[in-house]
Amino acid sequence: MKFTDVILQTAAKVLVFLILTYAIYVLFAGHHNPGGGFVGGLTIATALVLLYIAFDTKTVRYVIPIDFKILGASGVLIAVLTGCISLMSGTPFLTQTTSEVHVPILGELHVATAVLFDIGVFLAVIGTAMTIIKNISEDE
Amino acid sequence: MSLLHWSVLTPFISIVAIPLLFKHIRRIHTGWFVLPIPLLLFIFFAGHYPLQSGESIVHSVAWIPYMDVYFTVYLDSLTLIFTLLITGIGFLVVLYSIYYLSKDRESLHQFYVYLLCFMGAMLGVVLSDNLIVLYTFWELTSISSFLLIAYWYQRKKSRFGATKALLITVFGGFAMLLGFLMIYAATGTLSIRELIPIAGEFAEHSLFVPAMVLILLGAFTKSAQFPFHIWLPDAMEAPTPISAYLHSATMVKAGIYLIARFMPVFGGHSVWFWMIVVFGIITLLWASFIAVQQVDLKAMLAYSTVSQLGLIVSLFGIGSLALSPNIAHETAMLFSAAMLAAMFHLVNHSLFKGTLFMVVGILDHELGTRDIRKIGGLMSFMPISFTLMVIGSFSMAGLPPFSGFLSKEMFFASTLSVVHNVSWSVVWIPVLAWVASLFTFVYSMVLVFQTFAGEYRPTMLDKSPREAPVGMLIPPIVLACLVVGLFFAPNVLAQGILEPYMHAVIPHLLSPGEQFHTAISPWHGLTGELLMTIGIVLIGTIMYRRMSGWVSVYEYLPRKLALNYLYERLLNGLDKVSAKMTKRYMTGILRHYFVYILTTMVLLVGGSLLLLDAVALDISSNADIQMFELAIGIFIIISAILMIYSKSRLTSIIALSAIGFLIALFYVVFRAPDLALTQLVVETISTALFLLCFFFLPKLRADLTRMKFKLTNLLISVCVGLTFTLVGFAALGHQLFEPIASFFEDSYELSGAKNIVNAILVDFRGFDTMLEIVVLFTAGIGVFALINFRSSRRQR
Repeated sequence: MKFTDVILQTAAKVLVFLILTYAIYVLFAGHHNPGGGFVGGLTIATALVLLYIAFDTKTVRYVIPIDFKILGASGVLIAVLTGCISLMSGTPFLTQTTSEVHVPILGELHVATAVLFDIGVFLAVIGTAMTIIKNISEDE
Repeated sequence: MSLLHWSVLTPFISIVAIPLLFKHIRRIHTGWFVLPIPLLLFIFFAGHYPLQSGESIVHSVAWIPYMDVYFTVYLDSLTLIFTLLITGIGFLVVLYSIYYLSKDRESLHQFYVYLLCFMGAMLGVVLSDNLIVLYTFWELTSISSFLLIAYWYQRKKSRFGATKALLITVFGGFAMLLGFLMIYAATGTLSIRELIPIAGEFAEHSLFVPAMVLILLGAFTKSAQFPFHIWLPDAMEAPTPISAYLHSATMVKAGIYLIARFMPVFGGHSVWFWMIVVFGIITLLWASFIAVQQVDLKAMLAYSTVSQLGLIVSLFGIGSLALSPNIAHETAMLFSAAMLAAMFHLVNHSLFKGTLFMVVGILDHELGTRDIRKIGGLMSFMPISFTLMVIGSFSMAGLPPFSGFLSKEMFFASTLSVVHNVSWSVVWIPVLAWVASLFTFVYSMVLVFQTFAGEYRPTMLDKSPREAPVGMLIPPIVLACLVVGLFFAPNVLAQGILEPYMHAVIPHLLSPGEQFHTAISPWHGLTGELLMTIGIVLIGTIMYRRMSGWVSVYEYLPRKLALNYLYERLLNGLDKVSAKMTKRYMTGILRHYFVYILTTMVLLVGGSLLLLDAVALDISSNADIQMFELAIGIFIIISAILMIYSKSRLTSIIALSAIGFLIALFYVVFRAPDLALTQLVVETISTALFLLCFFFLPKLRADLTRMKFKLTNLLISVCVGLTFTLVGFAALGHQLFEPIASFFEDSYELSGAKNIVNAILVDFRGFDTMLEIVVLFTAGIGVFALINFRSSRRQR
């Protein structure tokens, strides 16, 4: 389907970046503040949907040449693998740990394996949502 | 995790690499990459030889400890024999398959993935001590066997054979699981090792015999015992390396492994003895009788495998007498020899049947046919294959100087000793065994002489015969050398591995310092068993020479009573009944499904609310309703009414999303930022989705809906609304359990996260989240498949 709306297209060009930035923030903020992988992923999906509505599918596919099925699958894989890492170290499946790491420039950083898991969730959600939306909208 | 654990997991882990190697390195046959895995495993297991009497290695890893499920690996001599067979023959089969399957035409990645999956599963079966783990691996072997039989899935017969094998073996597997659960219920342990010392008490339990029968059902289906043997001949649709590996050397022996493993638990009970001996002998006789009739070489080998499995099973039955109570020491020692014979024949059978399958595979590969009516006089074209076929067949027929002779003699000796020591009424055992061996001799001769001797008929063949490539000949040559070697040095096997096994099964038989008589020698005097063999050779030769005179016997077999006919009738009947039942309610109309789902929900939830007297309305502890809360509520109601009565879909969608956004506002009011955020985004996305979907739908037409239809809808929707309102109030009014919220309040100490909601999602209940995204992603792929496959079909 295709709507051509100059106002929408102009607004979308700006808004998409704002939404994407916010989505990334939400993903990492989830550890201590409201947010997380699920919401972050869905927010990305809204940005992409906005693109789809504002421009036609061909353009979007050219701009973002990603197979969302693979993206979703890799998200699930990441989530499972983080669980397996804890198995390797002898703790039960999906045990999460945190630690304070000193990183140059950034200083003390609170690092958690839970965030890695959350990234898996994030990717899986984007992949799934976009697979569904894209297929319905591209269906003739 | 010990090295033994890793040995089971290695094939599974290496599966990941196979499709990648196949895709990116097409020049090299994928089999070469697979080849080192079984070799390394074989070397690893061979390093444990010889195990001292009664010695075993145990390592345990907790899997689901609170349900007594431990991934315990247990290596004793019985397991060692099987692991060596699995990895050793596995290695040869992989080598063989490299030449058998073309790297350009076949989908090798699937083949080797299934093969490795089978190898790991089979190692898991023989190494597991825990019954539940054993069962898991057991079913995995059935599944990988299914996939391998259906490897050439374009053929109807392959799919048919695969389904048949799966249905029968999984049926047996379920029975076995039930038996395992009965054991658990009766004894409270899932470990076979822990079961053996308390076998005496277990025998008193009322579940003892049912558990035994169910476990035997599992073993019989897997090892293709009568009347479950019908799946094995159809499984021959698999590529020949698979037939050699799964359906003669290893997987079909899993049932026998189970019998051997449970021997210390159930052995000595009369039901165990009779079931095993009777089914074993019937299988032996019937399958060898049917085998003679076959014209397809592989079908002949399949029936012969069934019959040989029957032989091994019946030997275990005879051996189990050694464990029966109140038996004289001398007699028990005699019967224990049957168990030795069983294990010895098991190894022999794997070797010679492996050889035979590989030779038949060579014929199939070089000639393009396996029909003995077309093949003949190949001796001068394929001298090496001919030699191998002679070694394999003569060993199967029980002739010297091949290892089959030794175990066949031991088999006859055991059947005779039953008659001597139990009673003359069981004289049918040696008689039937002898008759069956006669047929075995006949079809062994058919295998050799009708294919390699006789008249050469080039017109019947598609290709001109020539000897197979060297790589294809090496595996059967290795096996054939072992067949001959074992005849001259049987004690390497007998005293190194088999003796410790007998020690483990029947330790109480021995007075201290005593040893089992496991020395096997080719010449043991002019005994009864030798006379039986001589008789077989004489009469068998006459029968083979005069075969055309008596093969018409097979035409008198009733078609309608054949097991295959019954199987097909049963399956077709089931198909028809289930199709009829399904058609009654699967109308294909989405609205009907909604009615089913919602009505069931109302009946279950609402019904249990009423029955349990859980309806409660207690608002005394509630806070006062604020002005803006009321306002949001009113707006929600207005939107809902608008949604129902609007004449255009677009208005309805917008009204629906208005409800969603208003609910998000509620979350904000009640200070749940996470929920509000999620609700907001979900609402946005779903509105977009609705718009996309409804874009394709026709305009709403109010005139089509009838009054009756409207009333039904009204009734259902009111019921659903009422039920959930009641559930909401009930949840507010009751507090059945102590809330666990206080646990989550320590989320920062427990998981290092200040956001409790997120800590619950990714840490405390991370497993739930993981499964949820799996479900979510599966649903996404489902949508993708539905839409794309529909449009691709339309294009065609």
